[in-house]
Amino acid sequence: MGELKLPPIDYGALAPMLILFGVACVGVLVEVLVPRKSRNVVQLALTLLGVVAAFVVLVINRDIRVVTIGGAVAIDGPTIFLQGAILVLGAMSLLLIGERQVEAGGAFVAQAAVVVGSEKDNRQSVSQPGLTEVFPLTAFALGGMLLFVAANDLLTMFVALEVFSLPLYLLCALARRRRLLSQEAALKYFLLGSYASAFFLFGIALLYGFAGGVQLSVIHEAVAAPQRSELLLYGGLALVAIGLLFKSALAPFHVWTPDVYQGAPTPITAFMAACTKVAAFGALLRVLYVAFEGVRWDFQPVLGTIAALTMLTGAILAVTQTDMKRLLAYSSIANAGYLMVGVLALSEDGLSSTMFYLVAYGFAVLAAFAIVSLVRDSDGEATHLSRWAGIGRKSPLLAGVFTFILLAFAGIPLTSGFTAKFAVFGAAVEGGQTWLVIFGVVTSMLIAFPYLRVVVLMWLSEPGESTPAVSIPGFLTSVALGVGVVVTVALGVVPAPLIDLTREASQFIR
Amino acid sequence: MEHTVDYAPATGVLSGIWLLVAIPMVSSAILLLLGKRADKWGHWLGVLSVAASFVLGLIFFIKLGGLAADQRSAELSLFDFIDVGSLKVDFGLLFDPLAGVFVLLITGVGSLIHLYAVGYMDHDPGRRRFFAYFNLFVAAMLLLVLGNNYVMLYFGWEGVGVASYLLISFWYTRPSAATAGKKAFLMNRVGDAGLAIGVFLMFTTLGSTQYADVFSGVSSLSATTVLILGLLLLLGACGKSGQFPLQAWLPDAMEGPTPVSALIHAATMVTAGVYLIARSNPIFTANETLQLVVVSVGALTLLIGCIIGAAKDDIKRVLAWSTVSQIGYMFLGVGLGGAAYGLAIVHLLAHGFFKANMFLGAGSVMHGMNDQVDIRRFGGLSKYMRITWLTFATGWLAIIGIPPLSGFFSKEPIIAAAFELETTWQAWVFGSAALVGAGLTAFYMTRLFVLTFHGPERYTEEIKHPHESPAIMTIPLILLAIGSIGAGWVMSTSVPEWLSPVFGAEQAEAHGVLSHNMITILSLVVTVLGAGLAWALFRKGTALEPQPAGIVVTAARRNLYTDAINEAVFERPGIYLTRALVYLDGKGIDGLVNGLAAGVGGGSGRLRRLQTGFVRSYALSMLTGAMLVVGAFLAIQLGWLA
Repeated sequence: MGELKLPPIDYGALAPMLILFGVACVGVLVEVLVPRKSRNVVQLALTLLGVVAAFVVLVINRDIRVVTIGGAVAIDGPTIFLQGAILVLGAMSLLLIGERQVEAGGAFVAQAAVVVGSEKDNRQSVSQPGLTEVFPLTAFALGGMLLFVAANDLLTMFVALEVFSLPLYLLCALARRRRLLSQEAALKYFLLGSYASAFFLFGIALLYGFAGGVQLSVIHEAVAAPQRSELLLYGGLALVAIGLLFKSALAPFHVWTPDVYQGAPTPITAFMAACTKVAAFGALLRVLYVAFEGVRWDFQPVLGTIAALTMLTGAILAVTQTDMKRLLAYSSIANAGYLMVGVLALSEDGLSSTMFYLVAYGFAVLAAFAIVSLVRDSDGEATHLSRWAGIGRKSPLLAGVFTFILLAFAGIPLTSGFTAKFAVFGAAVEGGQTWLVIFGVVTSMLIAFPYLRVVVLMWLSEPGESTPAVSIPGFLTSVALGVGVVVTVALGVVPAPLIDLTREASQFIR
Repeated sequence: MEHTVDYAPATGVLSGIWLLVAIPMVSSAILLLLGKRADKWGHWLGVLSVAASFVLGLIFFIKLGGLAADQRSAELSLFDFIDVGSLKVDFGLLFDPLAGVFVLLITGVGSLIHLYAVGYMDHDPGRRRFFAYFNLFVAAMLLLVLGNNYVMLYFGWEGVGVASYLLISFWYTRPSAATAGKKAFLMNRVGDAGLAIGVFLMFTTLGSTQYADVFSGVSSLSATTVLILGLLLLLGACGKSGQFPLQAWLPDAMEGPTPVSALIHAATMVTAGVYLIARSNPIFTANETLQLVVVSVGALTLLIGCIIGAAKDDIKRVLAWSTVSQIGYMFLGVGLGGAAYGLAIVHLLAHGFFKANMFLGAGSVMHGMNDQVDIRRFGGLSKYMRITWLTFATGWLAIIGIPPLSGFFSKEPIIAAAFELETTWQAWVFGSAALVGAGLTAFYMTRLFVLTFHGPERYTEEIKHPHESPAIMTIPLILLAIGSIGAGWVMSTSVPEWLSPVFGAEQAEAHGVLSHNMITILSLVVTVLGAGLAWALFRKGTALEPQPAGIVVTAARRNLYTDAINEAVFERPGIYLTRALVYLDGKGIDGLVNGLAAGVGGGSGRLRRLQTGFVRSYALSMLTGAMLVVGAFLAIQLGWLA
């Protein structure tokens, strides 16, 4: 046995992740040491501070290009851009998670273990402040996501996947209202997530068999000069891809999305829709572009079919939805399809436009769920579409903002939705994927219908007896909503600075 | 022929040329934004802003004259107007001899007409709104002539259009005014579309719309491209200037207040087409077919205008048709090319004076006659309105070309130039048309003059005391009358020389099919014949009701059936096309869309049942998906799908 050699570690480059994991650990201690009354403020401040600190370090690190810890982590342009995006969107999600003014005690249950419907449960739902464990859980999830997009070998990627998935399963179960639905969602997400992880892990095993290593660069070399049966390569590629497609909510691995989005507490839904999407697509981009570029002609048609299927499924199923959160879930599925179109351009333009799309969509979807959290009555959020009828008469400002966000989802010019779609479709045409763009445009038209139906419902219907009052957003929600809307406008009107940023960051290293 | 064009940058005082446009624009904005608060003094602001532009224009003009002849231009680039990909459009102005004379005409005649309008619109509650639009028009018109590229020109072109539609329908509660505004808008759209496509064509073939680049690049274009480009520009020019086949809107535009008719529909805006062709002279000179088309349009329109003008009884419509006819002369001039460009501009300027003079005179008559416009209901007004009568007389003598008034110096050289065309048949055809036009002009203008100011009084019951207009209206009339008398003589030699940097130096004396003196004598003879005939016929007044008439007169009364032709050729098929499209849309497209929507909805409803909520069925669908994906990859590997 030779001496065990420790690989060199570039702590500076890893600092953002280390900060978040550190903050998460401190957060666990805060739960023990700080009295219940002040925990919310302390935890929120601590986590936000951690995210900001991580972001600052990331900005300082912006020119670092290094593969470190023995090839497990690659810090390159896409890593830094996507980590930045996750941190910014994560900070906005934290604002929504920390909101305590819209509903007494916040969106989270006070004691998760209390039996649903019991006397104790009724009491806690009315008066007690929500769990603050959500903050360290979110911090762990964010740290995992940062690692996920930086992972340069498949095992690290798997670990990161679990690190950010497990807190999300828990977070989904913690809704203050409609707890059964929330717990059911969490259980489904957990079961199906584990199922998908198993596929992912099996895929890693096959690829190890094929390449003799799990590093993406090793697989890349093996793809270029195969030593073993290519059955292992294709089987492994397919299974690894399935694991990632599950997290990205692409058809037919999207089935969990509507149920989970509907059941989870709305701030967590927003967090998943914005940040998980960035993380999942970040990893998918890295795996496809770095490890499997050599077999692009083989996976393009298969994944292209999946993208087309996803766009169609999302668009068609959105038409008959009657619940706002499920509608947004299907919209998110359709958007995953559009993102996949950008991914499959398999060029630098494809990479940069996909990253642009992720940011643009993240801000818009955060704003959308922020608004959903405001339309409520005494029983909590009123998510059924019929309850939104005539809301434009009662609260024109909020309905106006939501209309704008829906137009952005529909891809109307002067919103980020248009520039983002334009960018990915443009890249895909350049990359020879015109048929996907045709699918994209057709389904964009289809899905505009449910969006516009909501607009019509809000403005042209008479407000009914059951139209709920819209809560006045608290400070935190206002900030998140305001930033989301402003960015959606800004990226629609002057997208150039961010596009330039994504272009500069569009080089993977191996 | 390699010919490059460039313009010297604006320096010193001339870098202030943007003020010319900015002053009336700001004034217009103030009048519109302040609303009723500006009602008391708004009209004076309107007059002052145009007068200020005139003074500035004069200073710039003198400054420009002080430069050496080959440096006589000032180009000023204000900012990048459009900068997208390879399309770069400068927000730039160009003050050269051609733009200079137009600036003086627009602001000079404009100031007088603004002043007149203060009196004319005195009792109108919308006077401030009127001046706001009027200022807007002046600003847009100045932008049109001052732009240094075709996009700027188009910008001003649409601007004057907007002001014109607004002012035609100024009394929008009258259905006839609203309809006339709409008609002007629709017919102008046809021309504007031509101009717009022409500008696009320039951009695609030459990559620029700057005058300097376009004119330098013309020689590199094929003859066909030049022809198409020229025809598109000509279509735009015909629309704006009321030339055949787009002339029908101009007489209807007389529904607007009379100062509008004088400024926009006689002196300035309608001559924009002539400006466009004169400005684009390198394009038009480059293709002989093109020149022939312009000459034909001009000759045809001048005859149409004369014939219809002779049969009309509405004082303003007679003047309007005479405008159509006179612009026909200008088109003839610019079509002839060479030295005739300068002649056309001289006629344009002279026409600006005498036609504005006569329109304002007509306004003065209407003012004193309770807004009566029917010349059969006038007569003997010379007794009651001495100043209007005298000033109108100068306009009348000027337009029919009696020496030494301005029309003689401006129109007769165009007739002569037509006879000097190189091809003999063309010289005879176009020369004779111009000559016949001169005779007809003398006839219908004399008819108008005599029926209005002489002969027995034929007033309607309610008019007891025709009266002269106030000084604020007669002073502009007198000033314009002086212009009508002297302008032609002053400009006949100076202006062509002044414009030589734009159109090239004057060419050697050409020899036509008839000698120059012969043409002068002939044109005087036909003029006197026409005028004498009209005098003899209408000295004793005319019937008050339309009389049965022959084919020609009936046709002329009905605008030579041009409206009927428009209706048959454009309107009817247009209506049927719209109906067909509405039917197709209703049955076909809506049906398709509704069917598709129902299909999607149904599909959605069915697919939705797959979303059972059971985790086992979700897992099953994922497993199926996974098997398909793995299967597809393996199939590719085994070559089944390749």
